[in-house]
Amino acid sequence: MAYYQNIFTQVQVRAETPDPGVPIPGMQRTSWATFSHLLGRIGNAQIGPIYLGYLGSLSLVFGFIAFEIIGLNMWASVNWDPVQFVRQLPWLALEPPKPQYGIKIFPPLSEGGWWLFAGFFLTSSVLLWWWRMYRRARALGLGTHTAWAFLSAIWLYLVLGFIRPLLMGSWSEAVPFGIFPHLDWTAAFSIRYGNLFYNPFHMLSIVFLYGSALLFAMHGGTILAVGRFGGEREIEQILDRGTASERAALFWRWTMGFNATMESIHRWAWWFAVLCPLSGGIGILLTGTVVDNWYLWGVMHGIAPEYPHVFPAVVDPALVTGGAP
Amino acid sequence: MRLALSLIGVVAATLLTAAMLLTAGWVRPPIIGVQSGYRGTGQEQLISAQNKRILEAANALPAPIDKASPSGERATSAYKNVKVLTDLSTDEFNRVMVAITEWVSPEQGCSYCHVENFADDGIYTKIVARRMIGMTRDINREWTSHVGDVGVTCYTCHRGQPVPKHIWFENPGGPHAGGMAAHNYGFGHPSKSNGTTALPVDPFNPHLLGDDNLRVEGNTALPTTQGASIQQTEQSFSLMIHMSQALGVNCTFCHNTRAFSEWSQSAPQRATAWHGLQMVRELNAVYLETLKPLYPVNRLGPLGDSPKANCATCHQGVSKPLYGQSLAKDFPELGGKAAP
Repeated sequence: MAYYQNIFTQVQVRAETPDPGVPIPGMQRTSWATFSHLLGRIGNAQIGPIYLGYLGSLSLVFGFIAFEIIGLNMWASVNWDPVQFVRQLPWLALEPPKPQYGIKIFPPLSEGGWWLFAGFFLTSSVLLWWWRMYRRARALGLGTHTAWAFLSAIWLYLVLGFIRPLLMGSWSEAVPFGIFPHLDWTAAFSIRYGNLFYNPFHMLSIVFLYGSALLFAMHGGTILAVGRFGGEREIEQILDRGTASERAALFWRWTMGFNATMESIHRWAWWFAVLCPLSGGIGILLTGTVVDNWYLWGVMHGIAPEYPHVFPAVVDPALVTGGAP
Repeated sequence: MRLALSLIGVVAATLLTAAMLLTAGWVRPPIIGVQSGYRGTGQEQLISAQNKRILEAANALPAPIDKASPSGERATSAYKNVKVLTDLSTDEFNRVMVAITEWVSPEQGCSYCHVENFADDGIYTKIVARRMIGMTRDINREWTSHVGDVGVTCYTCHRGQPVPKHIWFENPGGPHAGGMAAHNYGFGHPSKSNGTTALPVDPFNPHLLGDDNLRVEGNTALPTTQGASIQQTEQSFSLMIHMSQALGVNCTFCHNTRAFSEWSQSAPQRATAWHGLQMVRELNAVYLETLKPLYPVNRLGPLGDSPKANCATCHQGVSKPLYGQSLAKDFPELGGKAAP
């Protein structure tokens, strides 16, 4: 008999006809569903039924508008040249307004106005999608854990693009749209505010980021390893502990003396994932608003050690000779 | 179906691997690493043995030119219309002319800057050359804070070419749709000058012609006044990328990256570089931008400005131009300091 035993799925479990899902009282659902072998290789082979509703539809429309504003402005920035658009795409940007516009709501379109519009539509789209996620979970009688986890990511996004710029009184503090532009922004942001590595909330965020990766590897590895004993049926194993669960638990107790349970490991994962953007968002929110240089803040609080000086003493030449810095 | 999928997968992976191997701009090992700062601070410089060989070959000194006696007949009495090299003997003057020909216009010869009557100023290249000789002397005498006793000669920038390889013009960026389209202030286009980043395409104009503040980092732990914007930070960043590329070094050549702005933790080179920035600003403003009316149109930039200098003009990929070999010490005529 075939069973799960590899890191690649060798087995596709599918019904004779698509499963319409559990009946939900008072709800008319779309009935369309089909199978895809290709998607079955990485997940469930069944596609659909999908529920869009008015929240989902509106979210997609708003998301599309934001995507168009960003994309068309990028295309305009290469004078509508399709070849240059493709070549430069990873570099192309939609920049926020310059500092002189502060938090003006309608700066000229060419000087950041489009950025504000794109931000408005993208934010609306993301919030609508969040609401839809919450409502779908409730409709199925589920807990709303995924919605709150998503909200944690939305928090970081809003801090970066909306809340912190508002507190700083300038949209120019916000992140540009664009692949490399937002990465260059990140590097410049850290330089401007004296090295984010000395920001304790940045430290925490990294702990939860790397911690999430570690937990995911441990959990994924454990479940795949006990797949031969039916361990992938995690929910059953929570309630009715079988040999897969026993072996997995013993493996970790042998290895490190302690084991999470089939249930608690998911709490670990959820909290690590949620705390990563949550603490990161706090760190960003404090940057510039209450701390201007994290390195100097670290010195102030004794977390930045002094290294031995190996160079001859260097003084700021602008203090000695004058001149523009 | 499954076989076809696997085959497609293998073919795609092979093509992607080939594309990566052929296009990624690999550096050939071995890489030589030299530690400069305290351990753990990441202050080290990396260069591949291959690039080192290429740079060393490109930075060999030109053939020496026999020295000339400073005494004897004065150049001003032997030649007409001598304006800058007025303190030289005829022998020294001739030596400078030979050197310039060898360093700047070896193929074109004297006629690159002289018409039949050598005293005639009727050719723009002669006026430019005269200005450049004055500039060279000025650098050697007034800017020892940057060039030290090593000094500069025409060869430092020209390397056998009438127009130095590394010059800059004001960069308007590529063509851009007008009207309501966001113009992004020059962000978001890869170019040679911004090190193929999405930082501003013109790092030079604000900092090497203008004197926009490069210091963007907060200098107190807690906020006091409105500091530099992120966009201004990216403007500084763009110039720093240029400096890094022009000198063939990384950030840690000058900075301790845990605290970029802290002078007390920086390497002494950072002060030298600071003087270099002051120097380039002055050279661009006093000597280079003012030559604009003299140049024919084909020597001007896309916005009609004159060619200007940046760090790469002299450094050309090494932290000390010509690997710190002094050509100027043999040319007191150009303001160089004789070897002690």
